[in-house]
Amino acid sequence: MSDQDDDIILSELNDEDLVAQMFDDLYDGMKEEIEDGVNILLERGWPPYRILTEALVGGMTIVGHDFRDGILFVPEVLLAANAMKGGMFILKPLLAETGAPRVGKMVIGTVKGDIHDIGKNLVGMMMEGAGFEVVDLGINNSVESYLGALETEQPDILGMSALLTTTMPYMKVVIDTLIEKGMRDDYVVLVGGAPLNEEFGKAIGADAYCRDAAVAVETAKTFMARKHNQGAPAA
Amino acid sequence: MTNALSKLLDSRDWLMADGATGTNLFNMGLMSGDAPEMWNVDESAKITALYKGAADAGSDIFLTNSFGANASRLKLHGAEGRVHELNKVAAELGRDVADQSGRTIIVAGSVGPTGEIMSPMGSLTHERAVEMFHEQAEGLKAGGADVLWVETISAAEEFIAAAEAFALADMPWCGTMSFDTAGRTMMGLTSADMVKKVGKIAHQPLAFGANCGVGASDLLRTVLGFAAAGPTLPIIAKGNAGIPKYHDGHIHYDGTPELMADYAVLARDCGAKIIGGCCGTTPEHLVAMREALETRPRGDVPTLEQITTALGGFSSASDGTDGAGPEASPRRGRRRRSE
Repeated sequence: MSDQDDDIILSELNDEDLVAQMFDDLYDGMKEEIEDGVNILLERGWPPYRILTEALVGGMTIVGHDFRDGILFVPEVLLAANAMKGGMFILKPLLAETGAPRVGKMVIGTVKGDIHDIGKNLVGMMMEGAGFEVVDLGINNSVESYLGALETEQPDILGMSALLTTTMPYMKVVIDTLIEKGMRDDYVVLVGGAPLNEEFGKAIGADAYCRDAAVAVETAKTFMARKHNQGAPAA
Repeated sequence: MTNALSKLLDSRDWLMADGATGTNLFNMGLMSGDAPEMWNVDESAKITALYKGAADAGSDIFLTNSFGANASRLKLHGAEGRVHELNKVAAELGRDVADQSGRTIIVAGSVGPTGEIMSPMGSLTHERAVEMFHEQAEGLKAGGADVLWVETISAAEEFIAAAEAFALADMPWCGTMSFDTAGRTMMGLTSADMVKKVGKIAHQPLAFGANCGVGASDLLRTVLGFAAAGPTLPIIAKGNAGIPKYHDGHIHYDGTPELMADYAVLARDCGAKIIGGCCGTTPEHLVAMREALETRPRGDVPTLEQITTALGGFSSASDGTDGAGPEASPRRGRRRRSE
């Protein structure tokens, strides 16, 4: 493109161009520009929920697709998520005030014996980017830790991550305990991590295996839509 | 520099490395979530059996049970103060097995990733990473490891930090990265990128390559990528025995010994000099691999089609080295992050 060095004045762009520019800025991980964009849209009277869904979630969806397709990798996605967080920080209190609809809630953590949290953090950030409330239990979670969080947080979704052959079977330990306690059907259980695959997810009794953070978001949305449909009163 | 591995590399056409550590320890009763490195002290007979399994199956090199024995990972088990001890014992047990084998077997001190993201993306500084790797390296050296072997790395920065630590410990080394995301490492590095990065390291490794990742086919595509980039160092191929499946309470990798034998011969044809397995590779697989390497002739460099016909399909259409990867989303292109 020509004139790469031209400075863009965000406030001079119309709404449509500004949102398109914010998509690019999210893609490029430009946090300050995203914060500016969010503030400009707020000044122009956009409701916080519209900014979240159209500008931030819209932009992160593109990032998610290119991550899923092997075009972007972890470093770029971390930068994009960090930029999104800048925008979310401004919107969060406003969203709470305006009573914006809640997409769903997820408790997520890496299983016992595993300290790998790169993928898990990405999932958390992308889920937040998609409007979910995320409670991150961190690494090295025992059955007790997961169960405790399920009881206090009452989430819709439980996410478990493992990056080692030596730790992935622990996911089954957690799921088996849920079954034992009659709690399994209360939650959608999503699992992920480099050594896993779809068949493994099924074999241990998870609802779905998510290949990456973008797929996790899509899968979570699908399950939430299904849940809402089931919960809808028969007309 | 003369050391046992460079001598062996000079005198042989190919060397066979070992198979899995985790998978084999599970078969001996390791519980999911527990640190395998504790067994160096608590169940040392089983660790000796693990090493002997590889040695008796014909491995010329085996890796020690110290993959997760760095301060960052051991902290999970409250054992961050035992880095030196657990690494030293891991290497000592290996030294004994190698010395009693009656032939030259290389004890390679396994060094896995810290599990943290390095700065500026993450919080782990270069200095701290070097310090942790150095601590581990000194333990492995004290236990009598012939070489150090950093493996399953996804970030170039972490690979470089390990190299620097091994220079501090004055130890020869090998290093492999894991290409598990659309043919690249999790951080987006292609096989060609790795050859470039390795070329710039001051303390040069004896050999470099790929381990783990997604199945045997992908790993060989990565090896072809290394070879195409014109490396000067020997190439290592340590692929998984297929893909993990869950059967009756334990993980089972679906690659048969026959498949791994085909993989081993193809790996050599692709240009690898050190050939072994990773997750799911048991002594039974190694025996079949050794036999195939000894009895089957060398062939031409296989095409991608020949690899998928023999070993199964790739996990992604491109590995990022052929310019045929997926296209990025259209963008306005009016400004870009300046770096």
